[in-house]
Amino acid sequence: MERLSFDFACRGDPAPLLAPILVGVVASGNLEVLVEGGAPPGRCRLEVLTSARGFGEIWEAVLRDFATRHSLSGLAVSVNDAGATPAVVSLRLDQAVDEYLRRP
Amino acid sequence: MSRRWDEGRRRRAARLARAAAVCPDKWVDPGSATALLEALLEPGDRVCLEGDNQKQADFLARSLARVDPARVHDLHLVLSVLALPEHVELFERGVARRVDFSFSGPQAVRLAQLAGSGRIEIGAIHTYLELYARYFVDLTPRVALVAAASADREGNLYTGPNTEETPAIVEATAFRDGVVVAQVNERAERLPRVDIPAGWVDFVVRAPTPSAIEPLFTRDPAQVSEVQVLMAMMVIRGIYAEYGVDRLNHGIGFDTAAIELLLPTYAEGLGLRGKICGHWALNPHPTLIPAIESGFVRSVHAFGSELGMEAYVAARPDVFFTGRDGSLRSNRAFCQTAGHYACDLFIGSSLQVDLEGNSSTATRSRIAGFGGAPNMGADARGRRHASPSWLKAGREARSDPGAVPRGRKLVVQLLETFREHMEPAFVERLDAWDLAGALKMELPPVMVYGDDVSHIVTEEGIANLLLCRTSEERAQAIRGVAGYTPVGRGRSRAAVENLRDRGILRRPEDLGIDKRLATRDLLAARSVRDLVRWSGGLYDPPRRFRNW
Amino acid sequence: MTGPARSFREATARRRLEGVLDPGSFREILGPAHRLTSPHLAALDLPVSFDDGAVVGSGLLGGRPVLAAAQEGGFMGGGVGEVHGAKLAGLLGLAERQPWAGVLLLLDSGGVRLQEANAGLLAVSEVMRAVLSARAASVPVVALVGGGWGCFGGMGIVARCCDAIAMSEEGRLGVTGPDVLETTKGVEELDASDRAAVWRTYGGKHRYLLGEADRLIEDDLSAFREAAMELLSARRDLGLEELEREHRHLGRRLEEFGGCADARDVWRAAGVEDPDRLPGLEPADFRAAVRAARRGDR
Repeated sequence: MERLSFDFACRGDPAPLLAPILVGVVASGNLEVLVEGGAPPGRCRLEVLTSARGFGEIWEAVLRDFATRHSLSGLAVSVNDAGATPAVVSLRLDQAVDEYLRRP
Repeated sequence: MSRRWDEGRRRRAARLARAAAVCPDKWVDPGSATALLEALLEPGDRVCLEGDNQKQADFLARSLARVDPARVHDLHLVLSVLALPEHVELFERGVARRVDFSFSGPQAVRLAQLAGSGRIEIGAIHTYLELYARYFVDLTPRVALVAAASADREGNLYTGPNTEETPAIVEATAFRDGVVVAQVNERAERLPRVDIPAGWVDFVVRAPTPSAIEPLFTRDPAQVSEVQVLMAMMVIRGIYAEYGVDRLNHGIGFDTAAIELLLPTYAEGLGLRGKICGHWALNPHPTLIPAIESGFVRSVHAFGSELGMEAYVAARPDVFFTGRDGSLRSNRAFCQTAGHYACDLFIGSSLQVDLEGNSSTATRSRIAGFGGAPNMGADARGRRHASPSWLKAGREARSDPGAVPRGRKLVVQLLETFREHMEPAFVERLDAWDLAGALKMELPPVMVYGDDVSHIVTEEGIANLLLCRTSEERAQAIRGVAGYTPVGRGRSRAAVENLRDRGILRRPEDLGIDKRLATRDLLAARSVRDLVRWSGGLYDPPRRFRNW
Repeated sequence: MTGPARSFREATARRRLEGVLDPGSFREILGPAHRLTSPHLAALDLPVSFDDGAVVGSGLLGGRPVLAAAQEGGFMGGGVGEVHGAKLAGLLGLAERQPWAGVLLLLDSGGVRLQEANAGLLAVSEVMRAVLSARAASVPVVALVGGGWGCFGGMGIVARCCDAIAMSEEGRLGVTGPDVLETTKGVEELDASDRAAVWRTYGGKHRYLLGEADRLIEDDLSAFREAAMELLSARRDLGLEELEREHRHLGRRLEEFGGCADARDVWRAAGVEDPDRLPGLEPADFRAAVRAARRGDR
């Protein structure tokens, strides 16, 4: 397993402090994403534990774009990944934030 | 000295005379099949051993593999699909030396090994229609070994739902003084219909077991992923609706199956029934059943049949091409022609795409071939009749306003940016170049050329190559949908923004697609059982697809 | 088939609980934010899951307070590891402390998580004990089986230790799974690749006909919800008399069907006309077709 940690500066208003949310399943080609509060305002913390080693650069690019799409200020995002492609990762990350913020 | 003009007939008569010593009747005892072939064939003969995409003349293949190589050797094999281990055996034993074909799927690796070690000469890899065309020009078979469902006493053949390319093979052979041998599953007193007349057939043998047919066009809806649903939504909204695509072909795959399964739900919700996807050049895909039952589909002409779909097809004669006997009539040659000239769109997947949009399934260790994609996925420059979609695409493609206007076929490559094991689908240089080098081919085996491609669709969005005016724009447009692959990450952000402003690149949001709706909930059928329900119990899935 | 999907089989563990319990009533205990992951998987450098593949908590069912657990089949095939098992056993342990109307177990598991070896075995046996303790305290325990991984191994035994079981035809229930059966007894005994035979042998329809499943329902969250509500009042006694009755029933079953090679033979022997058409029937038609032949008392 490879552990990757990121700490980004995030613009925008801090996200509301809501109940933690989990989406996804740790099955082959899939991942689970946990979103909760816990990062300082203006920052977001993202941690990934992945079975696919050596793709750190791609994870960083995917997560930076993810942080740009949403206001993640104050949020901590934790991922258990079992070899999902960036397409599935991005989809799941978006689903997780949407569910956390309970966007209809 | 005067030339003889009937050499072909005389040689045919000589072969038949030798054969008569072994098989006095048109009907051949299975135990004499190999002896018959040894009598009929001469070294170096060009032989078509029917290996279609779906059905295979497997008994005749086995019989041919058992001939004495001292008598029958160095044959030139022409066939659509080199699928059976017996086919490879012919080359290993020296019975055959040279091959012209279209697709090799299951034997792709063995074929590459044989070619690499010089045991086989590859004439050329063709697209299906191109190969049949050459049967009438410079690759006419001397002997054709074909497969049919049944034959009567006279030797009329019934090829039934899986007619595929048998008529093309037999016509070319029979009318150029060749010899036609057919294996059949059974002998009948009276055929449901005559697909090939007895006068074109020389020998018939009842195979001990029915000829092998694989259900190659069945996709289990349970395996369609969310990403494939998202891409299908983009295709329906961003291409089918946008251009008004009413006549089309889907290359087989789970991603196109997702499109088929979204018609009764997503497309219906957009009010598109009656406006898109009415006429198809397509095998009877089980995943098309919901769209047919929902009233989207007006007609389907098929290349072949599909195992388990026979009763459903026979019960839907308003949609499918069926004979007076009620069963499907397929014809690969005509269906490929339909796909080329009468369809406004082809959409299919690939393994690799480069920065010009060229796509290929070739890798260094496999010679898989092309199948029908090069023909379906090519602009039909001989086409003259107009349709709204063809005209619109033509307008978009026109770089010189002063030039004579013409239409354009939509050729769409549909693929996720990464394949299994995080293998990028977008590359700077196709593996096809390496294969060409290793096997000393004149050209790298490209399946669909970039200048035929109109759109590339990935999970990131749609790239409209018709609107690109320079090769640099084209490359950036491709990078703009290549996601996080090295090719995608090599994009110029400024260039991609510009392309997006001009509508050359469109993301799901630009198409009005809410990605949160891209779930399996949107599929009209989520399991094979659902397809059976949709068909009212008429669809009878093969064993491997049943869990009840 | 069109419209919002309510498939029980396709839903995740959490979504199943949300669909079965009263809307919005589910309160998860020891949820993923607690990060109770498996130390054994971590030691083997394998992926972990924040809830170790088990979702446990409480909620309302038809307004009545219940405890509920759901296994995530997609994670490690629903295999029961130490943490996963402890969550299930711990939840069942809560049953006696308050007047719960019952415990719902949404089972989707291949059995013991082999990677955790003895810890997994122990965990499953603790769950069995916990089920029986809850039942002994007069709290009904109902199993809902309809996931893609079936309910096998030790969890198959757990299911049969419950008061009642509801199954969809997509669900499977057994101890030894088809692959192990084929490996140990040969393909003539059971061809694991013959999925129709596998579902005939382990699937909800056969279990219902034999009387091991009390309900055979649609693959639909609402159907499982209704079945759960009904079965909460279907308590079975837990005493010597009941045990002896069950043994007599099993003895009769062996006499009646012991010589049958395939489920179809069982159905025929049980008096079903045209057993071959049973697999193709929808649940309502199936229940009607086997009404007279069905064994079991509920």
